[in-house]
Amino acid sequence: MNISAILVSTYVISILGLFVFIWSLRKGGGQSRPNGGRVIFEPGEVGRIEDPAADSGERDALQAVSDAGNAHAHQPGKADLAVRFEADRSTRAPVLLLLGTATLWLLIGSVFGLISSIKLHEPDWLTDVAWLTFGRTRTLHLNAVAYGWTALAALGVVTWMLPRLLRTPLRGSMFTYAGTLLWNIGLGVGLYCVANGISDGMEWLEIPWQVGVLFAIGGAMIGVPLVLMLPRARVDHLYVSVWYIGAALFWFPILYLVAKIPGLHVGVEQATMNWWYGHNVLGYFFTPVALASVYYFLPKVIGRPIQSYDLSLLGFWTLAFFYGQVGAHHLVGGPIPVWLVTLSIVQSVMMVIPVIAFSVNQHQTMRGHFAALKHSPTLRFVLFGAMMYTVASVQGAMEALRTINNVTHFTHFTVAHAHLGLYGFVAMVLFGAAYFALPRVLDVEWPKRRLIDLHFGLVLAGFAIYIVTLSIGGWLQGLALLDPARSFIESVTLTYPYLQGRSLGGLLMTFGHFVFAYHFGLMVLARLRRPAPIAQAQAEVMHG
Amino acid sequence: MDSGFKLIAGALTTMALATSALVVLPYLQVRDLEAPPELKPYTEQELRGREQYISLGCVYCHTQQPRGVESGVDALRGWGRPSVAADYVYDSPHLLGTMRTGPDLFNIGARQPSVDWQLGHLYQPRAYVAESNMPAFPFLFEHKLEAEEGEHVVQLPPSAAPDVGVIVAKPEALDLVQYLLALDRTYPAPIE
Repeated sequence: MNISAILVSTYVISILGLFVFIWSLRKGGGQSRPNGGRVIFEPGEVGRIEDPAADSGERDALQAVSDAGNAHAHQPGKADLAVRFEADRSTRAPVLLLLGTATLWLLIGSVFGLISSIKLHEPDWLTDVAWLTFGRTRTLHLNAVAYGWTALAALGVVTWMLPRLLRTPLRGSMFTYAGTLLWNIGLGVGLYCVANGISDGMEWLEIPWQVGVLFAIGGAMIGVPLVLMLPRARVDHLYVSVWYIGAALFWFPILYLVAKIPGLHVGVEQATMNWWYGHNVLGYFFTPVALASVYYFLPKVIGRPIQSYDLSLLGFWTLAFFYGQVGAHHLVGGPIPVWLVTLSIVQSVMMVIPVIAFSVNQHQTMRGHFAALKHSPTLRFVLFGAMMYTVASVQGAMEALRTINNVTHFTHFTVAHAHLGLYGFVAMVLFGAAYFALPRVLDVEWPKRRLIDLHFGLVLAGFAIYIVTLSIGGWLQGLALLDPARSFIESVTLTYPYLQGRSLGGLLMTFGHFVFAYHFGLMVLARLRRPAPIAQAQAEVMHG
Repeated sequence: MDSGFKLIAGALTTMALATSALVVLPYLQVRDLEAPPELKPYTEQELRGREQYISLGCVYCHTQQPRGVESGVDALRGWGRPSVAADYVYDSPHLLGTMRTGPDLFNIGARQPSVDWQLGHLYQPRAYVAESNMPAFPFLFEHKLEAEEGEHVVQLPPSAAPDVGVIVAKPEALDLVQYLLALDRTYPAPIE
């Protein structure tokens, strides 16, 4: 029996096993848990909106939208939110630390991204010193935004959500502090290494393993509170967000450690491992955490439980199965075993299943509530992110097909796709989550509500320009590369206007990030100037 | 907790499947590959040059994996035959690359075997390809009034040459160029 036959049979058996497993998680027939989505609401709270980022007028408008869309309007004053108040209070300091440091890395990462982008059309700019050469600024950008902003913000949002989801205060916060500290040290030293040319040389894994191991240790430590809280959870079942978070917190340290085993990986196996890691850090860490956030914040803002528990179950397990094996689509046509590329292409297309399960579920939940977008800053970011998840995933599935991959492989189109997923989806959801969580963390409202709109407008415009110009430029670049009648340099020069467009988009996004950071800073100052008494904060939670 | 257990067990299973497919099986397949007889291990200087290639991030714009006719026209561009796994047995970390902002370099040593062309092109790519967007690497060179004993003076086109003095290559530049010249896999593909 040859290796392809073994793989085909393994594949079929695995898929069957997967669906049997999903079936076994259901209890009884029909919709297994008709009220599965209600676990994130306190008794009597369904139908009540929550968006701490909105001002009081917007909250009233939001509530009106919710009342109009829900069959059973909420009855004011009945919900007892003491459990949630305790949960929120327990996470304040560690979440502030995580989101605060994440935001600083966001600024650094954005500036390096902008520098790198400009260098692609101004190649003689900033060439005098080695640490400012394109190959380093690009790497500093990727590592600062991925491991700095995205990962730390994701861990911050996770830490903030878990006690709410489990209805028990945070336990083991010392692990969160220590993990956050280690992670930040690892990143700071790691970026210093990269800037000075000390690199392990693989995309997403540049930071030397001696330093990068702090990500695995720090990440695992930040996961400890979940293990400590689980036995004390006061819920009748674990909400879908907990599955995503729990799996992601387990997956990341394993991924990183396996990828960084020194001296083991060799030759083209190292390349397949590289993309096993590179795609799974998205699929097994950033994506699940962002999806967990959408599953929490979207229903919470509009006061309506997620439509289908079963769809969310299907979406989770199919993602866990299919997403893990898509990485080799980065090596289509390369010197690696053909069966592996085929497997990754098949799994990339199968990713349509979890994506549709998620999108249909969110859309059904939002139905009749789209007017809430006008009144909720959180929802605007989160829903936009959720939509970009669908777009990026469907695009990714198409991009894996050989005919399309032949054009887009090795071009800027792939870069645009990466930003569609990691920025349009993950970062936007995290912004929304931060706008929701920080007023609870700091016990003050956002000082200048208009700055949230400015942030949204800037990054939305910048992101749109970025994606449109770079996708078109990348596609044309790919067509030129496939045309033997055109010289190679033509595939370079034709991209210049699009690369300039990308720089403009990146500039707007960077402005937006500075607005966000400035507003965050103002909020911390406001908190320092007038410390809010606990009782007042509780009142705000109760009536918020 | 039952559902907690199922969650972790299920998550670890899917992770194990992914790791088997993308890491373990490829490892078993390439572990015992033998280098083609014509492929020589890198010399120490070439390895130092390879470190420069990594440290300067050349891999972000250059692939080292020509592909077959089903995937494009690499052979028609003179980049060589499709590469195979055995071509990479001496490569760690791998430098396959994912972008072609610049051309494939799998056989650059055969295409541009001139040390002076390579050095000058690193010093100022636009002196050779006017529309190129490759970064210039002036920090790998020194501008001196005159070269000292044993220093390599870079022969530059008039447009890039300094008005006074000479440009000499630092050891990093010479190492890097030796590595680039070693990128020559024009031997026939080994049978796998």
